[in-house]
Amino acid sequence: MAGSQWELPPELCCRPMAFVALTGLDVVYNAVHRAIWDAFCANRRADRVPISFKVLPGDHEYPKCRTKRTSYEWYIPKGILKTGWMNKHLNLVPALVVLFYELDWDDPQWKEKQSECATKVEIVRTSLQGRNTKVAVVLIQKKTPLPPGEDLVASERAAALCNACDLSGKSLFVLPHTDHLVGYIIRLENAFYEHAQTYYYTEIRRVKSHKEFLNKTTHQLLFVRHQFKIAFFSELKQDTQNALKYYRTAYSLVHELRAHETNMLEIKTMAGFINYKICRLCFQHNTPLDAIAQFRKHIDLCKKKIGSAELAFEHTAWMSKQFQSFGELFDEAIKLGLTAIQTQNPGFYYQQAACYSQDRKLQAQQLCQAHRMSLPTPDPLETPTGGLDFYGQRPWRQGHQSIDPPDPEKEKAGILALQIKERDVPHSELIIALLSNAVAQFKKYKCPRMKSHLMVQMGEEYYHAKDYTKALKLLDYVMCDYRTERWWGLLTAILTTALRCAYLMANVKDYITYSMELLGRASTLREEQKSRIEKNLIKVLMNEVPDAEPECDPSSSTAAASLWNDRMALAGSNDFTIEVQDYVPFIQCKARFQSPSFHVDQPIQLQVFVRADCPHPVRFNKLAVSLSNQEYNQWCVVESSGQENMCLSPGATRCYNFSFVAKTEDVGKKIEMTGIEVMLGSETGRCVFLSWRGAGGDAASTHEALQAIRSLRHRGRGTEGRQELDWDSLTIQHSTMIISRVPKISVQLSHQPPALNNEMYCINFTVQSQEEAVARDVKLTAGLKPGQEANLSHTTYVTLNSSKVCDDSDPALLPDIPLGDLNPGEKRCVYVKCVSTGQRVFLFHVAYTIDTTVEGQQINCKCHKDETVNIETVVPFEVSVKFVSTKFEPLDRVAVDIPFLLMTDLLSSSPWPILLATSSLQLVTMTSKTAQLHSQLEQVVLQTGECASECFCLQCPPVANSSNTVATGQYLISWRSPDSPLVQTAVTLPHVILETVPLYIHAELPSFGRVRESLPVRYHIENRTALVQEVEMAVEPSDAFMFSGLKQPQGRQLDDASIAAA
Amino acid sequence: MAVCIAVIAKENYPLYIRSVPTQNELKFHYTVHTSLDVVEEKISAVGKAMADQRELYLGLLYPTEDYKVYGYVTNSKVKFVIVVDSSNTSLRDNEIRSMFRKLHNSFTDVMCNPFYNPGDPIQSKAFDGIVSGMMVQPS
Repeated sequence: MAGSQWELPPELCCRPMAFVALTGLDVVYNAVHRAIWDAFCANRRADRVPISFKVLPGDHEYPKCRTKRTSYEWYIPKGILKTGWMNKHLNLVPALVVLFYELDWDDPQWKEKQSECATKVEIVRTSLQGRNTKVAVVLIQKKTPLPPGEDLVASERAAALCNACDLSGKSLFVLPHTDHLVGYIIRLENAFYEHAQTYYYTEIRRVKSHKEFLNKTTHQLLFVRHQFKIAFFSELKQDTQNALKYYRTAYSLVHELRAHETNMLEIKTMAGFINYKICRLCFQHNTPLDAIAQFRKHIDLCKKKIGSAELAFEHTAWMSKQFQSFGELFDEAIKLGLTAIQTQNPGFYYQQAACYSQDRKLQAQQLCQAHRMSLPTPDPLETPTGGLDFYGQRPWRQGHQSIDPPDPEKEKAGILALQIKERDVPHSELIIALLSNAVAQFKKYKCPRMKSHLMVQMGEEYYHAKDYTKALKLLDYVMCDYRTERWWGLLTAILTTALRCAYLMANVKDYITYSMELLGRASTLREEQKSRIEKNLIKVLMNEVPDAEPECDPSSSTAAASLWNDRMALAGSNDFTIEVQDYVPFIQCKARFQSPSFHVDQPIQLQVFVRADCPHPVRFNKLAVSLSNQEYNQWCVVESSGQENMCLSPGATRCYNFSFVAKTEDVGKKIEMTGIEVMLGSETGRCVFLSWRGAGGDAASTHEALQAIRSLRHRGRGTEGRQELDWDSLTIQHSTMIISRVPKISVQLSHQPPALNNEMYCINFTVQSQEEAVARDVKLTAGLKPGQEANLSHTTYVTLNSSKVCDDSDPALLPDIPLGDLNPGEKRCVYVKCVSTGQRVFLFHVAYTIDTTVEGQQINCKCHKDETVNIETVVPFEVSVKFVSTKFEPLDRVAVDIPFLLMTDLLSSSPWPILLATSSLQLVTMTSKTAQLHSQLEQVVLQTGECASECFCLQCPPVANSSNTVATGQYLISWRSPDSPLVQTAVTLPHVILETVPLYIHAELPSFGRVRESLPVRYHIENRTALVQEVEMAVEPSDAFMFSGLKQPQGRQLDDASIAAA
Repeated sequence: MAVCIAVIAKENYPLYIRSVPTQNELKFHYTVHTSLDVVEEKISAVGKAMADQRELYLGLLYPTEDYKVYGYVTNSKVKFVIVVDSSNTSLRDNEIRSMFRKLHNSFTDVMCNPFYNPGDPIQSKAFDGIVSGMMVQPS
């Protein structure tokens, strides 16, 4: 594969681990050996030493070691690094060969086994001839060994075995095959690891020792090679710090090499390898900034090393690979816990890699398309071994290191072969893969715009790869981002590509959609381009084949033309509905109701404004508005019918007016525009319905309207005088309210506030019709307006009946009182009784129906009129009550059976004269002393501030219960204000304290006396108790009187006997 | 000197973009547009409380192989973006700052024009002149 030429070799990308070969294990048939092998290779977690194990047969042939050079004097190196070298040291030449051998210390055939083991060790040694590889022996034993030093036989035999095999004591191990296998294995591998480290250490020393033989003129390549090898061995030794150091020296040495066209690729390849290693180690050491710095340095150094101009694509391919592999390293480090940031993440490297791949594609197109020659024979890229000896060399002149190519003819053939090979590289595929990697990264690091940009590039690449479906999918996806952000230049560029895709696929609907937007005001295309697109669009509408898009390659265009022809022949499916709301189409549409509300007896008026932005006039055939109540839709359609000119001139606004009559059942409802449709084309060709949701507008119109408002604010009244409509400041009114007809009746209320508490307050209500027709079904709702304080409704009663005083059974609101058909000047009285004072709002609602005509249409409307009145209720009079004795002395308590007086004062506070009809007492326990037939207040008229008093003589009988207060009763007053019916107000009389008197004295004396005449005075002393009382009396005359009669009468008072004294 | 200078509205749509005519204009549009990602991130990183003290100059937004993109955000969230050729290493940070200051002053003049409607594309000749002075002169 051509792509794989640039792939980094896997042995470079892996983490080098010490290579240890295990021999003498039969893992297929021997269960014990199998278990040992499994213990070595299973569960190699990070805490175990980094060794790669391999089971090899005992007589395995290891790569032969070439004879060591004694002098470098005549040696001219053929390249920097052999392709097989890394693999050799990773997988072929072990640091340590371990021989497993089953032998217990007390084995009966010890001697024989010992010598067999020695032979096996010898075989391994022979095949490792010349290498520094260590050999170790592991004895697999069935018995658990005794602690060291205790088993004398063991130590003796171990020494003997070491001797026989020519091993040091440190290279002989015992592996008891018991329960703790894994534990033993871990100890073993740690020991192996130490041996391996020593091996790599000696290797490093060995390579270092060559240095003194080298000279700077002929052995420059070797300097790089040796540093690389030392670094690589250091890595195998797990000494990454030193490895990094050596790689860095190697890197600077690579750039010191004399570079010319013939070896440029080799230098770059090696520089790339070493750079990769350095970056990898830097990430591993958690110094990502070092890695990035190294990479930047690497790119800066190599950017200009293009090499042969005929193979420029090789350089870009290599650059792309550099960025890609660094991106991968970076990404890998992030997976291991590194944190990246928005401005420094792997995405940038993938993006740049894609960028170089794009360059590579362009260069490949330029350099490789020119000749359509076949591959030269023999293929100059073929090598005898099937591969290269050194990294980055040309197959046709391997090992050649001088400045000029040895054979110019061969060189030409080789370049040609490479170019031909490059032609078959699936560039787009590579680019798309890199871009999609970058997209994934930028998504992660919050770069939505970068992501969109890369997706556009991906779309364009799919377009180049002729995968138009995928291209459109991607482009369509990002288009809306650019549209909402209003980057019209970019949107236009994307749309142009999308249009090409749609054309090449003969996708009619997409073709129309993209054309429409490219013709619209958001497009930054030049007039002539727009003009071309519009002509094509018109062709498509007529069901013809559009002209090819420019910049499409001719072969694709021909294919597309035949596709379009097929489409044309296809019957049916020629209607397209395109939702244009979310685009910026070339036909703009805005609609509005003339008013936010219409009375039901008015025609509803609707305006639709249409405007075209394309360079040539465009004709359309139908304009339809759909409304939330579909019954109205029939009134909002305009179709071309010969005379009607439905042509839109560029830049001019056309207005279509619609009007219709609302249905009476829609009163109180909202009518909304749900959509507008404009039909382009005709039934004979193709029909395209542009459909707007709601009342028009598109992706750009909101912002334009906002800008228009701002500018109006600046310009002040400038626009008002202009005749022409300013399109941008046209506002959309997408809904209207249908409200009931204005009533032509008058409602008058006459009354005289304030209302008096408890009064039947009269409100006169007059309805007068100004209607031309008869108002039918007039209904009145009268009473307290709902929604006021709750207790008002409990203390307000409304009635129409004046003859009966209203009470609790009457409601606060009288609904729907039928008044029949309205005769002009209808009068009604409503009586209201308020039981508490305060403000009240009364509502009078008159509803009726009437027939009327709107635009020749008979409709039956319901109208209503509301009238409210605010009435204050005040107290009409105040009643005060006091108890006095028969001598008019105020009493605070009354005595049993002794008469007293109840005085009432009634003070009028009403603004009107109050007529008191009658008053009476309703007594509970007391009795009236006087039979009173008529109220003293009967027919008294009280003016404001006047007071009416009444007096009742009462007596209280003894009360059975213990309490000493008694309820008196109620004072009922019947009264009315002028012109209103009589009402009765009850005043509860206060309670009075009652006391029992044992002795009652009352004097009987004439009303007057004459001088020098006797004045008979009689005292009645009454005993109110059940017992006989002893009474003693003394009469003390005043100076004005002379005295006769008993001065000191004495006696026993019996029951009720009165003693009279004169 | 700059190869591209752009003024971006608060709502992130372009008010003005000018690039050297010798190179692909569309590419600069994309560069400026993608740099808004970083601008947005930088603005949002500054807390609301600190917004008053925020420095207007945002510095280098992101490096690409070929260009360096610098950003500047006014207090009314209008963004200025200057794209400089990566090879132009002589340009110091201070010079970029002073370019932005000049740009800001000129932009303020545009805004003060009673006939300019904020939010509309900038068509001022004076502004154009200032920008031209900062651009790489076609040789």
